[in-house]
Amino acid sequence: MMWWEYLLNYLIVFAAGGLICTIAQILIIKTKLTPARILVLFLIGGIVLQAVGVFDFLYKYLGAGISVPIIGFGASLAKGAIYLARTVGFVGAFAGGLVRTAYGVGVAVVASYLVTLFFAPKSK
Amino acid sequence: MSDNAYVKTRNERYEKYVKAVSPSTSPLRSLFNSFWIGGLTCFIGEGLGDLYALIFPELSVDMISNITSMTLISLAILLTGLGFYDVIGRRGGAGSFLPITGFANAMSSAAMEFKSEGIIFGTSVKMFSIVGPVIVNGVVWSTVAGLLHLIIFGRFGA
Repeated sequence: MMWWEYLLNYLIVFAAGGLICTIAQILIIKTKLTPARILVLFLIGGIVLQAVGVFDFLYKYLGAGISVPIIGFGASLAKGAIYLARTVGFVGAFAGGLVRTAYGVGVAVVASYLVTLFFAPKSK
Repeated sequence: MSDNAYVKTRNERYEKYVKAVSPSTSPLRSLFNSFWIGGLTCFIGEGLGDLYALIFPELSVDMISNITSMTLISLAILLTGLGFYDVIGRRGGAGSFLPITGFANAMSSAAMEFKSEGIIFGTSVKMFSIVGPVIVNGVVWSTVAGLLHLIIFGRFGA
C-alpha cells in the first residue's frame, strides 16, 4: 500500500468510529434512552448485521471503525455462534458466541479483578 | 415578602446554582466530543491491529483482532484504575462508552466501586452490574442467529 492509502484508511476508520458514536450520542440527547439500553441496542444491531451478512462487507472498508464499537462485539458473538452451529450442530449455537468472544471477556474479568486489588477507587 | 414570592426567588436561585455547578456541555459540544473521542479510540484500535500484523506476521487475522481488543480492554481498565478514564467519560459521552473500551471501563469501575463490600459480594457480584445486559442479550441473540443460520443454511459442506 502507498502512504496515502494508509492515510485514507485511517481517516475512514476515524470518521466511521466517530460517526457511530455520534449517532449514539444523538439517541441519548433526543430519546433519553439510558446508556445501557443504547449499548444493548447497538449490540443487537451488530448481531443482526453479522447474521444478514452485511458486517463483513462493512468491516472490509471501515475496519476498526466498526469493530471497536460494541457493534463489533455483537458481530463477533454472532459470527462465533453461526460458525459453531454450522460445524458442531444444534448445541454449537449456544457456545459459539462465548467461545469467540472469550479472549476479550476473559481479559476484562481478570484485569478488572486485578485493578480492584491494586488500586483504591477514586472519589467521585 | 409573601411565602409564594419567597419560594419563587428561592427556586430561581437554586436553578442558577445548579446551572453554575453542573458542567456546561451543550448538545452540539457533546456530539463533537463523542465524535472525536469515539473516532480516536477506533483509530488506536486500527493502529494496534496494523502494528501486531507487522510484528507477528504468522498470526491469523482473527487472532490479530483478538489481541487488539485484548490490548484496548487492558489499557482502558488500567486507565480506569489510575482514575483517568473518568475524565474521558465525563466529556466523551457515547464516544467513551460505546467502544469496547467503555465496556471494559463499566466493568472495572463497578468492580472497584464496590470493593468496600468485599471481594466476593462487592467486586465479584457488581462487576457485571452494568455489562450484564450486554453479555445476556449478546448470548441470547447470537444463539438465535446461530440457530436460524443452521435451520436456513444447514451445516457446512452438508
